[in-house]
Amino acid sequence: MMTAPEPNLIRIDDREIPFVHGETIMDAALAADVYIPHLCHFPGITPQGNCKLCTVEVDGKPLTACTSPAAAGQQIRNNIPELNEARKVLTQMLFIEGNHICPSCEKTGNCALQAMAYHLGMLHQHFPQQFPEREVDASHPTIMLDRIRCILCSLCVRASQEVDGKNVFAIAGRGIHASLIVNTASGKLVDSDLEPSDLAARICPVGAILIKEHGYDAPIGKRIFDQHKISEIGLEKIYIAGAKSDDS
Amino acid sequence: MTEHLHLLHILHELQQKHRYISEESICEVAAQLSLPVSQVRAVVAFYAFFYSTPCGHYHILFSNCTSCGYRAGGTDLIRMLSQKLSVNIGQTRKDGQLSIHETSCIGMCDHGASLLINGVPLIHLDSEKIEQITDLIEADKPLNEWPLDWFHIKDHIYKRGLLLEGDLPAGDGLRAMLARGREETLTEITQSKLRGRGGAGFSTGLKWHLCQQATGEAHYVVCNADEGEPGTFKDRMLLQQHADALLEGMTICAYVIGAYQGFIYLRGEYRYLLPHLQATLLHRRKLGLLGTAILGQTGFDFDIDIVVGAGAYICGEESALIESLEGKPGIPRSRPPFPVAHGYLGQPTVVNNVETFIAATHIVCNGSEWFTAAGTTESTGSKLLSISGDCAAPGIYEYSFGVTIQQVLEECGADNVQAVQVGGPAGTLLDQTAFHRQIAFEDVGTGGSFMIFNRERDILAIIHQFAAFFAHESCGFCTPCRVGTTLLKQGLNKIIIGQGARNDMAELQRVSELVRRYSHCGLGHTAANPILDGLQHFPQAFEQQLTQYDFTARFELDAALQEARQLTQHDDKGAHLKQEGD
Ligand SMILES: Cc1cc2nc3c(=O)[nH]c(=O)nc-3n(C[C@H](O)[C@H](O)[C@H](O)COP(=O)(O)O)c2cc1C
Ligand code: SF4
Ligand code: SF4
Ligand code: FES
Repeated sequence: MMTAPEPNLIRIDDREIPFVHGETIMDAALAADVYIPHLCHFPGITPQGNCKLCTVEVDGKPLTACTSPAAAGQQIRNNIPELNEARKVLTQMLFIEGNHICPSCEKTGNCALQAMAYHLGMLHQHFPQQFPEREVDASHPTIMLDRIRCILCSLCVRASQEVDGKNVFAIAGRGIHASLIVNTASGKLVDSDLEPSDLAARICPVGAILIKEHGYDAPIGKRIFDQHKISEIGLEKIYIAGAKSDDS
Repeated sequence: MTEHLHLLHILHELQQKHRYISEESICEVAAQLSLPVSQVRAVVAFYAFFYSTPCGHYHILFSNCTSCGYRAGGTDLIRMLSQKLSVNIGQTRKDGQLSIHETSCIGMCDHGASLLINGVPLIHLDSEKIEQITDLIEADKPLNEWPLDWFHIKDHIYKRGLLLEGDLPAGDGLRAMLARGREETLTEITQSKLRGRGGAGFSTGLKWHLCQQATGEAHYVVCNADEGEPGTFKDRMLLQQHADALLEGMTICAYVIGAYQGFIYLRGEYRYLLPHLQATLLHRRKLGLLGTAILGQTGFDFDIDIVVGAGAYICGEESALIESLEGKPGIPRSRPPFPVAHGYLGQPTVVNNVETFIAATHIVCNGSEWFTAAGTTESTGSKLLSISGDCAAPGIYEYSFGVTIQQVLEECGADNVQAVQVGGPAGTLLDQTAFHRQIAFEDVGTGGSFMIFNRERDILAIIHQFAAFFAHESCGFCTPCRVGTTLLKQGLNKIIIGQGARNDMAELQRVSELVRRYSHCGLGHTAANPILDGLQHFPQAFEQQLTQYDFTARFELDAALQEARQLTQHDDKGAHLKQEGD
């Protein structure tokens, strides 16, 4: 290396980006308006690093940006064909692992998984569909849980614990049989203290947790990703507010 | 014999008593331990030895390992037994008398086809024994009336080196350590250049040093006795025959890093070793080698608990092991922070393999030069190999590092060898052009597994078996491993059943590379090794199974109509369709 690395700067692709001690690469990138594709990360919630979409190359090594601390002088590659190709394959894996029938799903247009597929140029699911059997939980009066669309990102688990101060969800089971469970004796949502205003009820990036009686509030064509690209920074606020027809 | 009040132990008791763990039990245990119901439910769902529906009165788990599995002798023994006893594999017979399932390697690879019956290993299976087992079960004979020698597990040690030759009286290591002093002891370990025997080969001296330097409310010593890598059984022998040297190594480590509490994490498959280990602990407490004021030194307090796993290979990964110790599913943590700084209960923790602790005891007794005199510059000392598969004398062999594969093969009586799998499915698959290579961290590394396959073996079937192992053992945390290991298993299956084309080999390569590069932990990083090695060294094993097309659909039109044919009870010529290209 010719020059010593600047203190508290990292380089992502061709940009020098400042960071504060304790920040992750993802934190620093988002603060500098640099998009690193991600599905299981949400600002303000402890990162976990399970979807692997945010993988970047740090000095040649693949690391998840959402969990890796930024360190002065890191040379990071992000928006490059190899990584975007891998992200596309990971997205395909998430699609075939569950059942994602986008045209008939209430989340269509508001779904981060669907938007990610568009962003990465994913034209087909490629892999064989796995058709898992996962239970629907319609017991709660105002919230619906359809596990077949869950991508196991654990955002609802973490949001409930860290933001809502509850502990409504967990992930159970091993390997391909992992699935979302509810922390009640009956295992049903109706017996939990989950409310529609909780972050856990609104944070789901896909159509696995839906607020009842709000189907198609925003018509197709006016949904979040009809009007925004997933690569825009700071969409979370709109996301949480729910898809109101005039959110833009 | 008191077992540590641990979630896994409570659940084990319930499983034994009721043959399953009911939803009511889950809620009761959660209340008893003040844990969220979801945590107990998640633990029950995670570990293979807990069931949510009742198992049989006789619960049989056949190993499906290539060395101690139900096909090891050529015949399909699991099918044989299930047919004789009229029960479907994976189910409980209607009368509740028995259930038969498969499980991953149970570490009996030097004893031929083996199974666990109600948790106890039963070895040297053959067709004749299957007949006898059938009769005993139908006659409802309790296990303690079955032939005793079926359960007697001998160790076969064919070659002794640094660790197995000498005899160390209990306490000698501790006395040598106290004579040296804390810092000198650590220096000795560092100078011996001892590297972890669990597979990764991290410097033991550095690990202890880092943990000693880390600040925390308490420090912990953990022995990794999970030995889950198929084909490995050297820790089983060490736990049986060298428990004192192991406990001594842990106590030395405790003194060096300043720990008062240690744990042995014992794989559930080795539960039968528990009484012996408990007795050794008790004996050492009586001798003043454990407990308070060890060897009369005020302030030298240390004791050890044993936590028994419940069927999860991933719990051998050190951070998953720590999660399991904490009573959670074995999901690997994000690193950094590493266990030396942030381990058990968030406190500085050393995790070492059984053999590593035993080597440390010997080094403290005999000095680092005694150790470095053996092995290579980068891999000092000796390594215990668990040799299994197609050879005359499967068992334990202790070699100095640097020994060639060829030499090992000659000494264990293996001929007509097609391939060797060193380090288990997570390790390296070698063909005969690589037999000149050495066992050493800088060449072919291994945690101890050494499996031999002769020319009669179907390499593709073995690779498929390994792929199935990883798909079964993936913890499910991260996308590439959770979904990728299943896709790899399915992709191999497509080729094996004769529906694969060129494109499917390229696809296996592509998915394998993704799983290796993007997974979260060592399981995912190594899960595709057998496929990648196979494609490289044994491409003909794949090619000879291919159809002559570049591409074949996974979806088979005619097969898809089977259900419709059954429903309509039409199976004539008109009810069948031809696939395009037929
Ligand atoms: C999937 C997986 C399984 C592992 N299983 C074991 C095991 O059974 N025993 C073991 O000692 N180490 C195992 N390891 C390695 C441990 O993570 C860790 O490196 C080791 O216990 C450290 O001890 P050592 O330095 O003495 O080898 C495993 C690692 C992975 C990724
Ligand atoms: S329900 Fe939604 S938020 Fe929760 S884990 Fe599944 S995909 Fe993630
Ligand atoms: S690589 Fe596999 S075993 Fe490791 S965390 Fe990911 S899913 Fe779990
Ligand atoms: S966003 Fe980092 S792993 Fe999912």
